[in-house]
Amino acid sequence: MNKTDVLIIGAGPTGLFCAHQLGIIGLSCEIVDNLDKAGGQCIELYPDKPIYDIPAVPECTGEELTNNLLKQIKPFNVKFHLNERVEELKKNQNRWHIKTSGGVEFDVAAIVIAGGVGSFEPRKFSVKECEKFEGNSLFYSIKDKSIFKDKTISIFGGGDSALDWAIELSNTSKVNLIHRRDGFSGAESSVQKVKELNDQGKLNLYTKYQMDSVSGDTQIETVKIKHDEGEIKEIKSDYVLGFFGLIMQLGPILDWGLNINKKTVEVNTENFETNVSGIFAIGDICSYPGKLKLILSGFHEGALAARGCFKYAKPDEKLRFEFTTTSKAAQERLGIKK
Amino acid sequence: MAKITYHTHDNKTHTIDVQKGLTVMEGAIQNDIPGIDADCGGGMACATCHVYVKEEWLDKLPVKEDGEEDMLDMAFEPKNNSRLSCQLIVSDELDGLEVSIPSKQG
Repeated sequence: MNKTDVLIIGAGPTGLFCAHQLGIIGLSCEIVDNLDKAGGQCIELYPDKPIYDIPAVPECTGEELTNNLLKQIKPFNVKFHLNERVEELKKNQNRWHIKTSGGVEFDVAAIVIAGGVGSFEPRKFSVKECEKFEGNSLFYSIKDKSIFKDKTISIFGGGDSALDWAIELSNTSKVNLIHRRDGFSGAESSVQKVKELNDQGKLNLYTKYQMDSVSGDTQIETVKIKHDEGEIKEIKSDYVLGFFGLIMQLGPILDWGLNINKKTVEVNTENFETNVSGIFAIGDICSYPGKLKLILSGFHEGALAARGCFKYAKPDEKLRFEFTTTSKAAQERLGIKK
Repeated sequence: MAKITYHTHDNKTHTIDVQKGLTVMEGAIQNDIPGIDADCGGGMACATCHVYVKEEWLDKLPVKEDGEEDMLDMAFEPKNNSRLSCQLIVSDELDGLEVSIPSKQG
């Protein structure tokens, strides 16, 4: 059991800065995120794209912003729990008990949800029968590639994941790569490589095709793919892989008794607390009149939510407003030596 | 104002006056038309504002930027008339545009 003052759900810019604000006022926190790294949408969706509206930072990329925030919270030694999704929530007297998908448990005084638009999950095939095979012969990510050796694999998608796996698996498996158009979003060099392999007969490329159906007994046996013009091809396949990127899902947060409105959590603007005492929501996931989905708004929300957490974490103490420029206590927490 | 017609998956038709300069996505969100999520808020980063454009309008729309087709690869059941509604800015030329919203966005 990890005992800390506050659990932050979401390691995007808003969650990271909230950790800083908690640290400054002397509260401890830990951060859970479903992705394998910190940064949230900034890292997952646009690591290389510039951002121009961070106050006092004329231009930076999503990756630079994340790295700077991580540097800013370094003095607080915040513990991260990545690849974990928060699943269960229980109130225990004045504390919250939380359990993640990987079985990590927390005992905290308050919770800050900084979950963006939810946790990232793989996008799935729209064909209904795919569910039946998911996890046994149909996958959206690869954990153990050895199972594909000497098998026939049908890979769907046109991004880097689809191309990279098609190239790699073509060494040891019979690979079909199916994509909905002639153009690919993956790296040009990979596209060339795939075309070469197709010309050499080491891989079968089908463009302008999409999945029509899958069939099989317990495991997939055949896949039908449909051309833009309606022609249907049936291909034998032991495994199907789909790489359509990630989608954001609100997930178990929906069951926590929070007031949810259009996939966002309603909060007050005094301290960004939800209708449930001790649970706060900040950043893209919260809604209130006038809400702007900007990183800078998330920073403001995090600063106020951090102070809102104080009375739960230290009920017998009074929080005094201080500036980091002059506060000895804040500077000690930051590890500044004079 | 331009009239935009949204055909939703529940077989309902909503014709809305959308202010010029807004996107077709924003017109739907502001008028509570169901089925457009627009998770990323219009940044061409998510494909959850995906719509099917009525065929006769396809040529009248602004050409897709590179990133739009890439994102459409990720959309739920993309077709030849698929567009991201956050990339369609309402103007006089689009007065009368009709789009259909897919059964889901992800």
